[in-house]
Amino acid sequence: MALIAAKLREIKARDITETVARLCQSANFELNEDVLAALKQAQQNEQSPLGKEILHQLVENARVAEAKNLPLCQDCGTAVIFLEVGQDTHVVGGGFEAAVTEGVSQGYTQGYLRKSMVSQPFSERKNTKDNTPPVIHTEIVSGDHIRVICLPKGAGSENMSRLVMLRPGDGQEGIIDSVLRAVDEAGASPCPPLIVGVGIGATSEGAMLLAKKALWRPVDQPNPDPEIAALEEELLSRINDLGIGPMGIGGTTTALAVHAEARPTHIASLPVAINLQCHCARHKEARL
Amino acid sequence: MEAVHITTPLDRKIIKELTAGTSVLISGIIYTVRDAAHKRLIEALKRKEELPFILKGQTIYYAGPSPARPGRTIGSAGPTTSGRMDVYTPRMLSVGVKAMIGKGSRSMEAREAMQKYKAVYFVATGGAGALLAQTIKKATVVAYEDLGPEAIRMLTVDNFPAIVANDIYGNDLFEQGRAQYRKEKG
Repeated sequence: MALIAAKLREIKARDITETVARLCQSANFELNEDVLAALKQAQQNEQSPLGKEILHQLVENARVAEAKNLPLCQDCGTAVIFLEVGQDTHVVGGGFEAAVTEGVSQGYTQGYLRKSMVSQPFSERKNTKDNTPPVIHTEIVSGDHIRVICLPKGAGSENMSRLVMLRPGDGQEGIIDSVLRAVDEAGASPCPPLIVGVGIGATSEGAMLLAKKALWRPVDQPNPDPEIAALEEELLSRINDLGIGPMGIGGTTTALAVHAEARPTHIASLPVAINLQCHCARHKEARL
Repeated sequence: MEAVHITTPLDRKIIKELTAGTSVLISGIIYTVRDAAHKRLIEALKRKEELPFILKGQTIYYAGPSPARPGRTIGSAGPTTSGRMDVYTPRMLSVGVKAMIGKGSRSMEAREAMQKYKAVYFVATGGAGALLAQTIKKATVVAYEDLGPEAIRMLTVDNFPAIVANDIYGNDLFEQGRAQYRKEKG
């Protein structure tokens, strides 16, 4: 017993709290380099003059937000926290989930971030005042570290999420049609240009989680599987042909990237989950 | 593209000149009103109660800013999705609201009300809340403070950038723009 215990690396609950608090703030203040580069590129390529002007504003917005520690967007989102917990770690000095929740509370309060969470969702809807609770996804992995990813998700884009349970025979064309329809019907609402997360396979909830996790990936990185990368490329091109454009007022830049992830599924299933991310693609991570 | 400088309250003459696709820089007073505040205003109108501010002639901004840091005027303050306010729009325009600022397209009912009551809708850049906040020179809560970010704030803005999306002639920039840049595929 003692031998096994000795192998575990202790991680203080307080360190988890501090890390989450810091990430909630940096994610809201600093646009990641890959997204900023993609916006600048889009600004060059965009054919609509009004679209170009909007993209210019988005690049400027990132500069102002970082310089002034101002949220990129006033909708500082639901705090979605992913944690990859090494199986050789031992959290000490407090409860794991409580530590994460406290981190969100501190981060949103200290950073003057907007608190958007309401309690009972269909009747009382009372603001919880510190943006808790977060949505926490925990995965046990090998190793003695904890990887923390903070992805504040705005409601404008999240409200346009979709799950389609296709028939296996619908195949790749069925997937493409579903994604195009979701983006087209969402129009201006999710704040294009978008990053389109697509989760294919697994089960209904498994596909949704894949689609959300796909949003972590840098926008300049295609899926390592060439077949999925080709699907991403085709989807991106056809999404941009929809003409929705920046903020939906017409243009050639509707998405900056499509990130697809696929997993094995049941013989009778082909789940396709679509999670749209606005241009303000906030996510930051740290390793404990 | 040269933007047109306009000052609120917008009079009939200015509104007539604002056509879909025109870039504007708005100066003057605008009021933040979003979901929960709309609900309260409409209820107050139903009960014929006195309103916390005079709606006639005003420009309303669909926004719920993030909190201001000490010593600052406001936090981040970009537009929210206007479509959620569509159900309230005909009533708001019927009592004299002349302009709305938000993001995203409007329902047919809201668009028809704009034509009927001669009001315009501007789109501002969603997710550019830090940049837009720089044009806000003064912010005062005027009603419903308990709603937090959804309280009604009177903002004094200076050159707030926006684009006319729906004009009094029935034009819709979302439809026009998408039609212009859409590439038909089989």
